[in-house]
Amino acid sequence: MTGVDFLNKLKQQFADGVVTANLEAIDPWIEVSPSALVEICRYLRDEPDLRFEVLNCVTAVDYFEPDPKKAKKVDWEPHLEVVYHVSSVTHKHSLVLKINLARWKDDQEGQLPEVPSVAAVWSTADWHEREVFDLSGINFTGHPDLRRILCPEDWVGHPLRKDYEMPLEYHGIRGR
Amino acid sequence: MATAEDPRIIEFDVRTDEMLVNMGPQHPSTHGVLRLVLRTDGEVVSEVMPHIGYLHRCAEKIGENLTTRQWVPYTDRMDYLAAMNMNLGWALTVEKLLEHELPEKARHLRVIIAEMGRIASHLVGMGAYGLDLGTFSPFLYAFREREKILDLFEDVCGARLTTSYLTPGGATADLPGGWLQKCEKFLDQFIPNIQEYHTLLTSNAIFIKRTAGIGVLAPEMALDYGCTGPVLRGSGVDYDLRRDGEERYTEMYDGYAFEVVCERDGHYPRDHDYPPVPSETVLGDCWHRFYVRMLEVVQAIDLVRQAMDRYSTASGNWGEPIKITQKIPRGEVYLETEAPRGQMGFYLVSDGSSIPWRVRARSSSFCNLSVCPEICRGCLIADVPAIVGSTDIVMGEIDR
Repeated sequence: MTGVDFLNKLKQQFADGVVTANLEAIDPWIEVSPSALVEICRYLRDEPDLRFEVLNCVTAVDYFEPDPKKAKKVDWEPHLEVVYHVSSVTHKHSLVLKINLARWKDDQEGQLPEVPSVAAVWSTADWHEREVFDLSGINFTGHPDLRRILCPEDWVGHPLRKDYEMPLEYHGIRGR
Repeated sequence: MATAEDPRIIEFDVRTDEMLVNMGPQHPSTHGVLRLVLRTDGEVVSEVMPHIGYLHRCAEKIGENLTTRQWVPYTDRMDYLAAMNMNLGWALTVEKLLEHELPEKARHLRVIIAEMGRIASHLVGMGAYGLDLGTFSPFLYAFREREKILDLFEDVCGARLTTSYLTPGGATADLPGGWLQKCEKFLDQFIPNIQEYHTLLTSNAIFIKRTAGIGVLAPEMALDYGCTGPVLRGSGVDYDLRRDGEERYTEMYDGYAFEVVCERDGHYPRDHDYPPVPSETVLGDCWHRFYVRMLEVVQAIDLVRQAMDRYSTASGNWGEPIKITQKIPRGEVYLETEAPRGQMGFYLVSDGSSIPWRVRARSSSFCNLSVCPEICRGCLIADVPAIVGSTDIVMGEIDR
């Protein structure tokens, strides 16, 4: 099965869940809406033709240009993308799912945007979502244990955000 | 003094309370700085809580400030026991976005190097696993052989551990003259030594007692947690990216004869040469994970031999690396390769400049460790190092 089949199947099942897709990309991806994410993932995992039983990777990309000069040249609005790479051991195919998010919830800086957690579908998501929360600052609602995983618990900020600034000092250790 | 005639009295006197025990972060048997908090009742562990991040070096953030070739040395330092395989994963990812095709010779060179890396890594996996279980000698035997592989790597690129040899575009240099003969000589003397490892560990009665039936990982759970590599195959799942992966990766192994190491109908491929599977083992336990690694060493030797034949007759050059400041076309790619510890994935997002917008390393050990709390539940404290060690994790790769 290829990208177009996955897209058709998903469109049939979740007409409102599929936002857009890019099948010409090197790795074809399908963008879905956050509200339909968990249902779509469960369907992808359980449907006999699809059987995406492995979640390879969850990650987030921050589209934000801190430099105002460069920011004028970019052709996208600032946003966050959560990217899910899933694959099937049974059928040996793979797919990329994306979610498009505002950088801050309700446009209030510091309020983390929310995505439903898929940890109940694939256990891999448990630690991966913790890492995305830790480094990219995304709140996974319904996650069983959402806390920092790589950074210390009292760390401030989310380092993989493009506007992150390295702290000057951490417990008496100079940062720069 | 009162003596307890009735054993039940003793039972009552030494009843235990639940207790939290901290293991690490400097525990020698945890393969780096891993901290485990165990909830125990007497000797029985009811919960394991791993705490990671002690080796976090922000590799992904650094990658947003360097060009793709400049980031190659950072991939070495993730899984420092299999640096060559990490280089390969990143090189292929960048080439995928560049749609860069390699000369035939470069592909065979990569197979030689990657499979030698696999042998070196599995040797540490084996030796360190012996240490975890309290036997020191296998470690020395393993390092005796590993040193020779590192010497060969040193001849190739000048470095033993952090090699940065396979780069996007090919490799930094061709194999030096006479290297193939040296490699051949090494393999010839290495093969008989494998029997020693099997005598020391695989068929050793104590080793079997410590590993058989311990930490059993069901195939469904392995997939659910994203376990890969020998951990997945040790549970009997027939999946290896060298055969089942993306074309860009599998074409490297096109035409090579090899069989994925995994149990089928109670047998491993070519297991007649090696100790039989003991009857007390269960598929998916520590012993099977270890055995898969041992057989993969033999498989890797085979692949290196085939690759050397092809390399010496192949056309093209060794693959000139791309320019340091090579612009990467806009787009994003994800590619997984079969590293010794499992599927190592790299995700690269480019905005069209030479410096990536985002890089991401999907670590195999990260997933393999995340299943440990599940398979450690209900085991004895002494079995925790046996189970964690059997997943052969490297903390540098988990924390990145």
